Amino acid sequence: MKVSVHKRAFLPLAAAAVATALAGCGSQIADPASAGSTASTGTSCVDTSGDSIKVGFINSLSGTMAISESTVFDSLTLAAEEINASGGVLGKQLQVVSEDGASEPTKFAERAGKLIQQDCTAAVFGGWTSSSRKAMLPVFEANDALLFYPVQYEGLESSKNIFYTGATTNQQIIPALDYLAEQGTTSLFLVGSDYVFPRTANKIIQAYAAAKGIEILGEEYTPLGSTEFSTIVNKVRDSKADAVFNTLNGDSNVAFFRQYKSVGLTADTMPVVSVSIAEEEVPGVGLDNVEGQLTAWDYYQTLDTPANKKFVAAFKAKFGAERVTSDPMEAAYTSLFLWKAMVEKAGSFEVDQVQAAADGVTFEAPEGLVTVNGENNHITKTPRLGKINSEGLIDTVWSSPEAVEPDPFLATYDWAKDLAK
Amino acid sequence: MMGLLRGRLGTAAGFTLGALLLLGVAPAVLPVFSLGLLGKFLCFAIVAVGIGLAWGRGGMLTLGQGVFFGLGAYIMAMHMKLADASLFGGSGVPDFMSLYGSGEVPGWWEPFRSPVVTLLAVVLIPGLVALVLGLAVFKRRVKGAYFAILSQALAAAFAVFLIGQQATTGGSNGLSGFRSFFGFDLKDPNNKVMLYLIAAVVLLLSIALARQLMHSRFGELLVAVRDQEERVRFLGYDPATIKTVTYVVAAVLAGIAGALFVPLVGIISPADVGVIPSIAFLIGVAIGGRATLLGPVLGAVSVAAAQSALSSTFPSFWVYFQGLLFILVIGFMPGGLASLPSLIGRRGKFRTAASTPALPVAPAPASPAALLKPEEEAAMPEEARR
Repeated sequence: MKVSVHKRAFLPLAAAAVATALAGCGSQIADPASAGSTASTGTSCVDTSGDSIKVGFINSLSGTMAISESTVFDSLTLAAEEINASGGVLGKQLQVVSEDGASEPTKFAERAGKLIQQDCTAAVFGGWTSSSRKAMLPVFEANDALLFYPVQYEGLESSKNIFYTGATTNQQIIPALDYLAEQGTTSLFLVGSDYVFPRTANKIIQAYAAAKGIEILGEEYTPLGSTEFSTIVNKVRDSKADAVFNTLNGDSNVAFFRQYKSVGLTADTMPVVSVSIAEEEVPGVGLDNVEGQLTAWDYYQTLDTPANKKFVAAFKAKFGAERVTSDPMEAAYTSLFLWKAMVEKAGSFEVDQVQAAADGVTFEAPEGLVTVNGENNHITKTPRLGKINSEGLIDTVWSSPEAVEPDPFLATYDWAKDLAK
Repeated sequence: MMGLLRGRLGTAAGFTLGALLLLGVAPAVLPVFSLGLLGKFLCFAIVAVGIGLAWGRGGMLTLGQGVFFGLGAYIMAMHMKLADASLFGGSGVPDFMSLYGSGEVPGWWEPFRSPVVTLLAVVLIPGLVALVLGLAVFKRRVKGAYFAILSQALAAAFAVFLIGQQATTGGSNGLSGFRSFFGFDLKDPNNKVMLYLIAAVVLLLSIALARQLMHSRFGELLVAVRDQEERVRFLGYDPATIKTVTYVVAAVLAGIAGALFVPLVGIISPADVGVIPSIAFLIGVAIGGRATLLGPVLGAVSVAAAQSALSSTFPSFWVYFQGLLFILVIGFMPGGLASLPSLIGRRGKFRTAASTPALPVAPAPASPAALLKPEEEAAMPEEARR
């Protein structure tokens, strides 16, 4: 009895509510051809009238990635300060709006939307994990805004709204394989965390190995954050591979290297090439566990270039002498200067003009001269193999003779034809 | 009789006011971006309505609503991916599948090409999973902590499963990059407003549903099962059925919320469905007041809004703050903020009766409440109205 009375009270209200909702319909996609180009709603709200310009930094300052990403935030902050001290961009001081991605892709997408739509920033810098980039990509494309992504990644991507200032695979993984092959490596064991970067990297390594006659003796994955490696380490030892290619990320490296050492494997008996361990991660993994092991990056703190000396000195002066600089930090630092150079070449903060001006823009980065490739929005980089020394820094043991053109889809490699369909 | 009438009128008035605020005032006042954010919070609120029923009224501490939320979300995301692929790509194969997978759409994706199947599945699949699970668990009289652990393990397993299926679920990247929603262009701000309105309407409907359930004989039985399960059984009812039905309702609400979340937010990933988000759903409910009708809704919205507002300014502080708030509420205010008025009322009486120094209970919740000024203000009129 009571129930029916209530029901009657609610029904008309509910009906009215549904009607209201349906009245608000917008455009439907009728013609797919035009749909792609439907004027993006992001009619830019960037304010260029004052004597400052807003830029956004988006990094995980909390969650599992905070330990890595906060270092990128620091170097971005340094770059912004240096640019402001030298007169800003087009005479405007940078006003930084920073957002926390909280190590969650969804958060990155949401916060990127805020930086573009609510804060009206002229460009956004940051992101680390592939999932954070994949989450932000549609946001930047839909709003026609700019993201500068500073971390090495798995390639197979290109967006006119993202500038990739970290290495793509032909600037990190393939040179590392070339180096191993040159050293006489004939067999490899692949160990990685279970997410898109290691899986794609290993797909590339498999194709490379098949073409160059290198034997892959095993391919093992563990969930991100996993610390149980005894089975894998035993498999690695029993495989008697010439070397291990390590795409583990984060805390897993600590457990992996500790257990690797405990079964008697060393850098001399079976070297491990890591692509996610930089200067910043060495103390965490434990210098004892990784000393002498190999890394593949495009930048090391020990590089002897004038720009690097200046960068390292400025960073230590600002954040403390005990702090180190790493490849992603350098790529982030570089990204802000590249944007500045693009804007100054374009003479405008407008996204389409910056995009048009991007091709051929150069910057004397700590890693050496980098040039933007306007076709795929990546930059030239100089691949370097490094060896972790007794101080926990990384010495260059091999360096590409010249900067390598970015080739995210590996179009120039015959053996990679089937990878990017 | 008078009280009954006033209650009914009050409810209708409250409902109308809520509908006016959500459907009229908010879209008129808020910019599209904030409206999208609010829409996301409303999705959490829909989940919270279900948790309020299952946990607050039914005593089932469900730590795994992320599973049902994720099922609804992934079903919707799969449909949107497939629809986009045939609308824009022509090939009918979602982009990530050709990048990381075999380039072929797996068989179990195919049914979700159909919009009708998708809409049905969003409701039926979470409901069915909950039904099977509920029957298996409650018929065996698994309850309390065992049920909580089981539901949480399920959420953990679900997230691990999704991460492992890079080629078919997008792995840890999840599914994102949607461009259309049942043929509507997602770039169009009008359509974003429409999505928000749909979420708001669904929330209002789910509140109405929860109220009907609470005030029905079924709702009274549910409370009885929560408080004295054995006695209900002796009276000839089957507590397992009552619990299962409630669990299914909560799961269906979570599934619908997930399906609305995807077009509003533009991404679903394992990080949104695992253990942590499942617990996060609960925090809002607990803080708001789990056994009340509006407590879970207001709690979920305010916690999500506070997180959005505070987490960027104090990234690491937020987690501790949220934890502290949760502990304080559970420890000193088990009824949540919804019980604040009666707590204050009681304290006032104590003070006049005997001017004892403040009870240890009172000042503790007062401090987080002071920190939470805007939320409190948002919560108070609602409470006063009821």
